[in-house]
Amino acid sequence: MSDKDIKKVTTNISQNEGLIFEHSSPGKKAYRLRQLDVPAVDAAAELGSAMRTEAAALPEVSEVEIIRHFTRLSTWNYAVDHGMYPLGSCTMKYNPRVNEVVARLESIAGAHPYQPEQSAQGVLRIMKTLADQLIEITGMDAITLQPAAGAHGELTGILLMRAYLESKGNPRKKVLIPDSAHGTNPATAAMVGYQVENLPSNPSGMVDLAALEAQMNEDVAGLMLTNPNTLGIFDEQIGKIAEILHRKGGLLYMDGANMNALVAKARPGDFGVDVMHLNLHKTFSTPHGGGGPGSGPVACKAHLEPFLPKPIVVETADGKLRLDYDRPQSIGRVRAFFGNFGMHVRALAYIMANGPDGLRQTTEDAVLNANYLRKKLEGTYDLPYATPTMHEVVFSDKLQNKQGIKTGDIAKRLIDYGFHPYTVSFPMVVHGALMIEPTESEPLEELDLFVDAMKSIAQEAINEPELVKNAPHSTRLSRLDETAAARKPILRWKPETN
Amino acid sequence: MRYLPKSPAERQQMLSAIGVSSIDELFAPIPAQFRLTRDLAIPPQMAESEIVDWFRERANENATGFNILLGAGAYNHYRPLVIDSLISRGEWFTAYTPYQPEIAQGTLQAIFEFQTMICELTGMEVANASMYDGSTGAAEAVMMAIRITGRTEAILARSVHPEYREVIATYAKYQGLPLTEVAFTDNGRVDLAALDAAITPQTACVLIQSPNFFGTIEDVAAIADVVHAKGALLIVSIAEALSLAIVRPPAEADIVSLEAQSFGVPLSYGGPYAGVIATREKFIRQIPGRLVGQTTDRNGKRGFVLTLSTREQHIRREKATSNICTNQALVALMVNIYMDVYGRNGLRELAEQNLAKAAYARKTLGANAKVLFEGAPRFNEFVLQTSEDSYEISHRLASKNKIIGGFPLRKFYPELGNAAVWCATELTSKSAIDEAASEVNQAPVALPTFQREVKL
Repeated sequence: MSDKDIKKVTTNISQNEGLIFEHSSPGKKAYRLRQLDVPAVDAAAELGSAMRTEAAALPEVSEVEIIRHFTRLSTWNYAVDHGMYPLGSCTMKYNPRVNEVVARLESIAGAHPYQPEQSAQGVLRIMKTLADQLIEITGMDAITLQPAAGAHGELTGILLMRAYLESKGNPRKKVLIPDSAHGTNPATAAMVGYQVENLPSNPSGMVDLAALEAQMNEDVAGLMLTNPNTLGIFDEQIGKIAEILHRKGGLLYMDGANMNALVAKARPGDFGVDVMHLNLHKTFSTPHGGGGPGSGPVACKAHLEPFLPKPIVVETADGKLRLDYDRPQSIGRVRAFFGNFGMHVRALAYIMANGPDGLRQTTEDAVLNANYLRKKLEGTYDLPYATPTMHEVVFSDKLQNKQGIKTGDIAKRLIDYGFHPYTVSFPMVVHGALMIEPTESEPLEELDLFVDAMKSIAQEAINEPELVKNAPHSTRLSRLDETAAARKPILRWKPETN
Repeated sequence: MRYLPKSPAERQQMLSAIGVSSIDELFAPIPAQFRLTRDLAIPPQMAESEIVDWFRERANENATGFNILLGAGAYNHYRPLVIDSLISRGEWFTAYTPYQPEIAQGTLQAIFEFQTMICELTGMEVANASMYDGSTGAAEAVMMAIRITGRTEAILARSVHPEYREVIATYAKYQGLPLTEVAFTDNGRVDLAALDAAITPQTACVLIQSPNFFGTIEDVAAIADVVHAKGALLIVSIAEALSLAIVRPPAEADIVSLEAQSFGVPLSYGGPYAGVIATREKFIRQIPGRLVGQTTDRNGKRGFVLTLSTREQHIRREKATSNICTNQALVALMVNIYMDVYGRNGLRELAEQNLAKAAYARKTLGANAKVLFEGAPRFNEFVLQTSEDSYEISHRLASKNKIIGGFPLRKFYPELGNAAVWCATELTSKSAIDEAASEVNQAPVALPTFQREVKL
């Protein structure tokens, strides 16, 4: 490798830093409490034998050390703010700053979930406004904002399906799931007591309609479909799929993970979906935060509405908002309080900033970017499905396999070129998958740098395969031993005992 | 649109490169009858300043500058400023789950520190990277106990947060998992005799909360003896994490499910918060959610990775320990920073202040009303029974005194009459307590007798 091949980054020094515990020394502190304005009490007298006698071994450090510690650690992370983060199906888009500001307004961030409704009209209005706009965006009839993440939304959605079918007299036994689905789909169906039945794809990467016809019967509660699917392919047979399910009394669940390909261009409610979840942390720009918090609202058609988790926000005739708990057919609660409200605030701010034309342009740019990458990289990397794709594209490592190079190696080498890797080895229907979702947030120059990097790596795979196999070379740490980590797990720090 | 980094010319250039004449060609896979040909019926683009104004107006419709004497699963503690200063760095909040450890060591090390601190606080051997919140964490803990024991029933203490019990009921319903409830006695603690009688050979676990929904600290060791004698597991759910600084950790538990909101996480009308599951080392392969482990790189340098992922849905699919994918990494980071700010001694001092404030509030508010569940220790919450309707008091305090009063218990515990659970933290001023007490004490009606009606 020579530096001239890498245009996006230059190696930079970064600070070393230990664990926070390793900075601890008795007597250091980063706090000062207020003067107590009530009489002090004797903890031993108050608590008796329930009192803690040995303090938890938390660190004792000063404020400046805390700032430096977490600032240093932060510089070891790659983030959307650094550049393209093309994780397929994760939709790593820009996180607008106004979202963060409004979520932190004092009476919004400081609202207690049990403060009386009369003094919570503002937060209820935020939830109601977001709910109404998401209903319009999805073309559904009703929504709950309670689920805390996408998989939690799936759980809620399948519970709704089950409750609905039970009310019709038979909850049924199975849920169909395409082989290209996210792992959360089968795990969710199992949590709701359904057997999972695999639904094969056809050679175009879409649902095999004949298989669906054959597998659909009165034992099947429904189908969990991601559309566009994890190959980035919009299943054009969607109308027919819904019809086959509905004819036999089944329901169509849509995993909204890839909704970034559809917003303002097509609405799931218009193509036969009965229930779906959204990922506010993907499509609606709420930050991923290093792995959460997410938020997974579930939208449904009118026939499923009576079963939504309680409470829901309703508007009374006088324009006041209140929480409606009187929902006798509800599946119950899926989370305490009202969901990840702070994410609701951010998602609404994002929709407001975009408006109808901005949302449409966003979707168009996301699809434009993905198709641009597809066009530029096709031939350099194997494209297993020739079917047109939307917001993401899946290549395979077939061409590079000849040199013994796998998708994971290419991913690690991308790090040296200054990019976060794509999603590796998923979906499983493609052997050695490279799943690339640029999102709308990438400028043309960043896309071109990515194309250059991918082409350069493909060349290296031929000329210097060891360079790729041993990547990354420029990071603080080289490849980490994940096998050792799992064999003898060390899941917490312990002081050294000499 | 200001978030989109492309000029019209660049878009045209890209379309040409792709070989299409218009963007709509790229949407051709969507059948024409399903394409949206109109604008979405949502408001037009707003300027940043308009967005800020709109949310300020909403904020003003909420209680502003109120004193909060309410906890009930969401606690009003001071948030040191360094927390938001640090988590506002894009490297923290705009990163994803650390799947590529070489460029995610910051997130991974922070979670490893978090796991360590949770172990220290709870007395458990291992802790995961976080769960959605305390309620879903409790439900996942119950399912974990089912997997470990191979038994099929669970018992919940009636003194567990009512909404947590509702969430567990939702999770349990379709897994054929019968739930039973066990009563509390007149000191607010779990009725040990009733518990002993309720446990069957099919009981996988007993879930209690401590401090419980009434603020009462349970005798965890005594409950553990009863539960373990029958081969079941004990799960302790903790909603007020700060209690752990001064209350004996539930070391006898098999699983601890903690809600960490108290540690630097905004109330934010109920979320996002962070749950976490801590347990014994022997159960780690049944723990749901992400785990971060220590390892080394090829040069022998210490580093951290996501580990034991064969438990998880992306590998095991329908046989996974849970469908959970996301955790609450950024919230766990707030919790980590909070524990560093207060540290070993500060957390204890803070807990002592809470204890003192609550003791004062109990005495002051209890001067003319009845404090229930005397006879067992409490942390920063307590139940006050009044002659006047609790909702009326709550309404009056909000509109007249800018005070958010106790959580009325009638909906969930009708047997307690006009009772509410009150909370005082280090942020609750003496004057607010005095003012609330003067309103509560205006109660015009004679006190009813406390009826202990507990149904299983």
